[in-house]
Amino acid sequence: MSDIGYYARRYPLGVAGAIIMTLFVLAAIFAGVVAPLDPFTTNAKASLAGPSGVYWMGADMMGRDVLSRLIHGARVSLAVALGATMIGSGVGAAVGLACGYVGGWFDLLVQRVTEIMQALPLLVMALVITASLGPSLRNTIIAIAIPLIPTVARVIRSNVLSLRELPFVEAARATGMSEWRVAIVHVLPNTLAPLIVLATAQLGSTILTEASLSFLGLGVPEPYPSWGRMLSESAAEYVRTAPWLVIYPGLAISLIVFGSNLMGDALRDALDPRQRD
Amino acid sequence: MAPVLEVSGLNTVFHTRRGLVRAVQDVSFSVEAGETLAIVGESGCGKTITALSLMRLIPQPPGEIVSGSVKVDGTDLLRLDDRTMRQMRGGKIAMIFQEPMTALNPLMTVGKQIAEMVMLHDGLPKAAAKNRAVEMLQMVRIPEPARRAKEYPHQMSGGMRQRAMIAMALACKPKVLVADEPTTALDVTIQAQILDLIGDLQREFGTAVLLITHDLGVVAETAQRVVVMYAGRKVEEGSVSDLFARPLHPYLRGLLGSIPRLGSARGLALSPDERLREIPGMVPALSDLPPGCAFAPRCAQADAKCHAQIPPFEAKQANHFAACWQA
Repeated sequence: MSDIGYYARRYPLGVAGAIIMTLFVLAAIFAGVVAPLDPFTTNAKASLAGPSGVYWMGADMMGRDVLSRLIHGARVSLAVALGATMIGSGVGAAVGLACGYVGGWFDLLVQRVTEIMQALPLLVMALVITASLGPSLRNTIIAIAIPLIPTVARVIRSNVLSLRELPFVEAARATGMSEWRVAIVHVLPNTLAPLIVLATAQLGSTILTEASLSFLGLGVPEPYPSWGRMLSESAAEYVRTAPWLVIYPGLAISLIVFGSNLMGDALRDALDPRQRD
Repeated sequence: MAPVLEVSGLNTVFHTRRGLVRAVQDVSFSVEAGETLAIVGESGCGKTITALSLMRLIPQPPGEIVSGSVKVDGTDLLRLDDRTMRQMRGGKIAMIFQEPMTALNPLMTVGKQIAEMVMLHDGLPKAAAKNRAVEMLQMVRIPEPARRAKEYPHQMSGGMRQRAMIAMALACKPKVLVADEPTTALDVTIQAQILDLIGDLQREFGTAVLLITHDLGVVAETAQRVVVMYAGRKVEEGSVSDLFARPLHPYLRGLLGSIPRLGSARGLALSPDERLREIPGMVPALSDLPPGCAFAPRCAQADAKCHAQIPPFEAKQANHFAACWQA
């Protein structure tokens, strides 16, 4: 308990970020209980109704409650953001560690592949992948995760390249550790700081990519709500007539990106023992 | 008594773009249990490469141990497969490094790093390994070892980190300890403490110590025998007293002459022979060694023969060897 109080005092912004993230996660998990209305029920009479006692954040063109759709949409957005970031960062870190540590022709080959991948814009690549896999939540996550791999891999690789030359790595070898163990126990944890910063920064961009994919009809299929699609569908048409259709999904996306960045920064500091005491 | 560490005919080369660099050439020596052998020489003379060759930590490629043998208790390390070699490293032959500031993992507590090693080699369960780590920290005279074991390297001073490194190196009671400039990065007062500590632990465990240094003061204080290296070769070998009293090789004489002595400069005009002497020139590039004695270009006594032929390493006096045509 004293630890929580300590971190709260030391990283007030990080705690704020953690609270924001926790609220979103709780909203996503308990969407069925928290949401005031059913997100799928249409109501022709309430089409484009403004915020009121019934529709707190207004209703969309089909008369569906925006707040309820946002709360349910948190499931999709969080699943995509966390899933894609975790897969992308995990695989990227593994590839980067292998490249930096093994080096040689393996590194050369993999680096050329990542360069080819990076030559394609993230969205184009995600488009190609979803188009070939078909739209679904799982495929959206995969499609967004794959383009993240090269970025993460390159950052981790360069980090490993410099870490590999540090005396403590040689010292670890001198204690008779196997190369595997040196890489996992001594090198990998030392790449955690840039990995966390990178991952939390990408959390936001994955949500935006999902939004773009959904807008193009290749993301999570209708009628299930996703913040990205809510925002992008209404942005062009209703921004003047029904601004609540744009403002609230936009706020939700901004808030979660903000929260994840605050939390990531604090997490990086808190995980580094040199920043403690 | 059979020596614990026996190195013979060790040749280590590096394959570089500019050609073959012979970093260690035909180096042989042996160390008995409880004995300290010092390897001295300037930067770049092959001391550290010799040490890393013993541990088989030379990066391959570009490095390669071409020939020779490194026997620890009769087992030739150079003939072992990687797996067995890993068991020897840290278990039978351990190493401490020059840079205590960076030789410990910054993200792991000191106790855990020692415990990891104990678990790896002695197969102790976690709790027992942690206890051993605390014991070792106590043995290297770190106050409050139980609390210090839970600290991270950055919370310790340089001297304390070097003690922790020694604790880690000796945790599995190795037969041979390779100490690569263990005190170079430390304050003079701490240096003496660390050297005392190594000496005490050596007596307690009967460890053979290979001390690599460029500091002749350290050598005089701790070693029984000395090997002097120059440009990858041994140039002189003998007991500490012989070498300091009667240095044979002009290189060693130069090294001894370049040590500042207290009282040699009292602000008075110095007489010419009281000036600090330096050895002129630089260590030659190992990729471009002269055909004769590698030291000849810097040697005042060198003659035509020195420049043409490599002098053999031979006994000049009883138990005192040198490679010099003039000695």
